[in-house]
Amino acid sequence: MNVGILIESLTVFVLAILLGFEVISKVPATLHTPLMSGTNSIHGIVLVGAIGLAATADGPLAAGLAFVAMAFAGANVVGGYVVTDRMLQMFKRRPTAPTADAGQAQKAPR
Amino acid sequence: MSTTDLGYAVQLAFIVGAALFVIGLHLMNSPATARNGNRLSAAGMIIAVTAEIAFVSQGQIGLGNWAIIAGGLALGGGAGLRLARTLQMTAMPQLVSLFNAVGGGAAGLLALSDFLTLNGQRVLPGDVPGLDGWRTFFILADILVGSVTFTGSLIATAKLMGILRGRPILIPGGRIVSWFAVVCGLSVSIVLILAGAGVVTYETQVLYTLFAVALVCALIFGVTMVLPIGGADMPVVISLLNAFTGTAVSMAGFVVNNVMLIVAGALVGASGAILTRLMANAMNRSIPNILMGGFGGREGTQADLATEGGTVREVSVDDAAIQLAYASKVVIVPGYGLAVAQAQHGVRELADLLEARGIEVSYAIHPVAGRMPGHMNVLLAEANVPYPQLREMDDINPEFERTDVALVIGANDVTNPAARTDRSSPIYGMPILDVDRAKSIIVVKRSMGRGYAGIDNPLYVNPKTGMFFADAKDGIQQLIAAVKEV
Repeated sequence: MNVGILIESLTVFVLAILLGFEVISKVPATLHTPLMSGTNSIHGIVLVGAIGLAATADGPLAAGLAFVAMAFAGANVVGGYVVTDRMLQMFKRRPTAPTADAGQAQKAPR
Repeated sequence: MSTTDLGYAVQLAFIVGAALFVIGLHLMNSPATARNGNRLSAAGMIIAVTAEIAFVSQGQIGLGNWAIIAGGLALGGGAGLRLARTLQMTAMPQLVSLFNAVGGGAAGLLALSDFLTLNGQRVLPGDVPGLDGWRTFFILADILVGSVTFTGSLIATAKLMGILRGRPILIPGGRIVSWFAVVCGLSVSIVLILAGAGVVTYETQVLYTLFAVALVCALIFGVTMVLPIGGADMPVVISLLNAFTGTAVSMAGFVVNNVMLIVAGALVGASGAILTRLMANAMNRSIPNILMGGFGGREGTQADLATEGGTVREVSVDDAAIQLAYASKVVIVPGYGLAVAQAQHGVRELADLLEARGIEVSYAIHPVAGRMPGHMNVLLAEANVPYPQLREMDDINPEFERTDVALVIGANDVTNPAARTDRSSPIYGMPILDVDRAKSIIVVKRSMGRGYAGIDNPLYVNPKTGMFFADAKDGIQQLIAAVKEV
């Protein structure tokens, strides 16, 4: 392992954790479930790693592991974002008619 | 393969992706902007994934590899899409838990494959022996945390789905197995890290065996950690497993040398840690205490308190409806029972009826009501309850004294006044919703059964309390009908 890369990565890691604390501690309790679900989709970024793995896999063992990793990460990303969006579209300030186009249709100040 | 020589464009795309994640999370600060935040975050994900595909396509990769990428993505993505579209909102906790499992599992697989396909050579001293200890450290951290998350989340999912009992499951000697797995897994890992650092030398075969032992220990620990934890502690467990998944992904980033994974994993880890702490605070318990588990299963906690002495007053539907209809301020206190019975739409209908009579209606949300952080908020949002009506504990508690009727639906422990008064109660000190301060209380409950904490609730024998024995959904429908009659 290259010492330069190690230090760089550790720096990024620590700063990202602090940034995470800063950004997320302001999220209100109402949104805790969508927040969890949203961060859930973000950890689907492991898909990027899985693609790298799948691209270099040779032999049945590596191919098998890569395939499972791809499927897991794929489910994580797609499912996570879709379900978070589904949840968030339900949060409304005021009830709207069930048929009305959710959210945006509210009286916008002009 | 080394990802250090990624094309600059791909690196830049990763920075953009990471920035979009952060901005997306920032927009989660308000319900008004949260949906756009999630979309920005999804855009960041698409950019990062596209960049990675563009990057790998420049290498010499065979048709078989493309098949793995496309096939895995289609299978997993399809399954994820289907679940996300079709699952009911009440099933959100198990879905989140399932995504934790697959995320942690995928992260663990990255390191596992890295170790296996390189014949363990990453764990053998390389050019710079001392530093390869670090590499081994990250591989092990990824595998251990990923594996614990994987099995732990699967158990949590099974509990939430009702496949396993929600109550603490205590296997004889389970705690010993847990400790053994921890000690064994960690000590084997230390040996492997020393081997990676070149301090000690072993045959490759021995390294493989040690590695397998560490992996199995972690998988076992995931199971024995979550099994004894009760349903009411699930908000803490899910948050914690979410933090674990983030950490595993971050460690995977160190292993495959990808900054994007490190940043995104760290963000998730931080978020999970914050939620875990908030949930634990809301129960006035420490995280280790919750993890030690067996809350409700502990012997002797079922000390028969006030319910023994007092008498329970049952209230009829009509009486309850009249109380509600002639109140001027009603506070609805939802709990897990509401989720189980899918009663959120009925509750909204009842609230609408009351509001139409000019009654002020609000909802009191305890931070750990339900099975995941914010569980009740999502359910009520699904039923079109405007979010400003959902009030947090500290905000609503002073208002109970001015409340005519507190309508408790499927909530138990979070309303238990013993938490304030009875030092011997296992939940003593836990912040609760002060429903007993309302002028009258109606509790919709299936039976006199105890809550998940397995303790009696003196609220039920309070002279001001009327018990309305019914399933939450059914009971609410009866109330709606009766209020219409009034």
